[in-house]
Amino acid sequence: MLSSALKQSMALAVVMAVLAGCSSTSTTDSGGMADTGPVSTGTASGVDLSSTQVVEEPMPELNTVFYFDFDKSVLKAETRAELTAHAGYLRTDPRPIRLEGHGDERGTREYNMALGERRAKSVRDFLVLQGVDASLIEVVSYGEEYPAVMGTTEAAYSMNRRVELK
Amino acid sequence: MLAGVLVLLVWSSARAELTIEITQGLDNPTPIAIVPFGWGGAPLAEDVSAIVEADLRRSGQFRPLPTSDMLSLPRSSGEVFYRDWSILGTEYLLIGNMTAAPAGALKLEFELYDIPSRKPVFKREVTGNASQLRDMAHLVSDAVYEAITNIRGAFSTKIIYVEAFGTERFRLMLADADGARERVLLTSKQPIMSPAWSPDGKEVAYVSFETTRPAIFRQVIATAERQQLTNFQGLNGAPAWSPDGKKLAMVLSKDGNPEIYVLEIATGVFTRITRHFAIDTEPNWTSDGKSLVFTSDRGGKPQIYQVALASGRVERLTFEGDYNARARLSPDGKTLVMVHRHRGVFHIATQDLVRGDIRVLTQTTLDESPSIAPNGAMLLYATKYGDKGILAAVSLDAGVKFRLPSRQGDVREPSWSPYF
Repeated sequence: MLSSALKQSMALAVVMAVLAGCSSTSTTDSGGMADTGPVSTGTASGVDLSSTQVVEEPMPELNTVFYFDFDKSVLKAETRAELTAHAGYLRTDPRPIRLEGHGDERGTREYNMALGERRAKSVRDFLVLQGVDASLIEVVSYGEEYPAVMGTTEAAYSMNRRVELK
Repeated sequence: MLAGVLVLLVWSSARAELTIEITQGLDNPTPIAIVPFGWGGAPLAEDVSAIVEADLRRSGQFRPLPTSDMLSLPRSSGEVFYRDWSILGTEYLLIGNMTAAPAGALKLEFELYDIPSRKPVFKREVTGNASQLRDMAHLVSDAVYEAITNIRGAFSTKIIYVEAFGTERFRLMLADADGARERVLLTSKQPIMSPAWSPDGKEVAYVSFETTRPAIFRQVIATAERQQLTNFQGLNGAPAWSPDGKKLAMVLSKDGNPEIYVLEIATGVFTRITRHFAIDTEPNWTSDGKSLVFTSDRGGKPQIYQVALASGRVERLTFEGDYNARARLSPDGKTLVMVHRHRGVFHIATQDLVRGDIRVLTQTTLDESPSIAPNGAMLLYATKYGDKGILAAVSLDAGVKFRLPSRQGDVREPSWSPYF
């Protein structure tokens, strides 16, 4: 208990230290931090990345967006079939993937963040069950912040409750 | 009891991007006469008495008398004749006079009169410089409101909210409680969420996706200095300051699923509060700092629960309806304000914590993010008007309603400041 708390505080200290160089931002250009900020600095140490940049197999015939019912994170039958095909490719040709979970705009924003994560995790769990290396899968929820379709109709909502495989 | 009046009030100031539209006031608002304040100098940038009038009108509790109906325009006590006002049915009279003070400052002396009892209520003065005219006006409004209603005014407070331009650009905005004097606190190409004022009104905590993942930041409002507080796998969201400002409650899913944590800011130590496989999120502190209310779907649907920090004991607070989320407690701790689904539509509702009954306050749809004024009289929330995200306000007794639509992007997630 104590040691985990210590680790957490050390992790926070690292985050703060990394950020120390850019902790003060102007009121207008802070959005640019994603390009120049904490996650992309300080790794120019001559590491050869060429061996990891294998040409990716394009998979145009495979669907990469999976839809969900309202307030649900259960995979539909067609989603399971599509994910089984993805898992086949990912087993033979492992690559890092990112699962982005989304919800429709109904309900509260932070609860929808949790629902988006739950959906993305049900996709992840299915892929892992199919033999995909869990360490290659990153799960990020965007909640209701990035609707695929604008509008307040059920048709729009059903397009927004989704997980995108990237 | 409620009047269906529709008063349209649009600021003349070109700077304000939020406009005010009062959609419902009290049936019997108190008649008040606000005489244009005297001033002998060059024209000022703001019409102070007009701002006071707009403040009091927006509260829904007052009906200001049109200047054209006034029989006299007194600027000092010697010019006040009670009969001029009693025949117009006015209950209160506010007069004021501005004079130049040393070092370019302006002094405003203002007096409130009780017309039916024919006696002065108070005489006060406020001094400021030419850039503080709106602040001076809101101070006058606060004084008048408190003298008449016995409730502290909240006209001098501020609001923070998120403005989105499609999904391309997001801004964290600061404005006066009336929507004027907007200022950009942060611009990002990635979403910004869940802004929360620190209890001293000097900082804001929020969620930013600028690292391509959600992370919690704190930012000093005056200096724009900021600090990333979390960078965990999964959710980093729903920050809420403790009443003493030393801790932040939040949701993290680093241990597998969304749980409530408390971060002690000075030491960086995180303490896990909830342990459940369900979603636990949206924490908010009780005013004694000893408990958190939060949203959980541990019963199958999202409901509001309360956890005592010392014992970890969890108690369910809401039972009516199948969706109650993002609760906030009124300043007196007696009322829970939350998002409540009623017949499939999301509204803002209150629950009396003593009697337990739920009351739906809003008739709009897709209502969310309620934030209560520090005096507990009104709350701001986000809703849709047309297809646009707007802010709206409703009094906790549902008697007064107004909208603050934005002329630009979609606005949402209002956070009402504490007193400064």
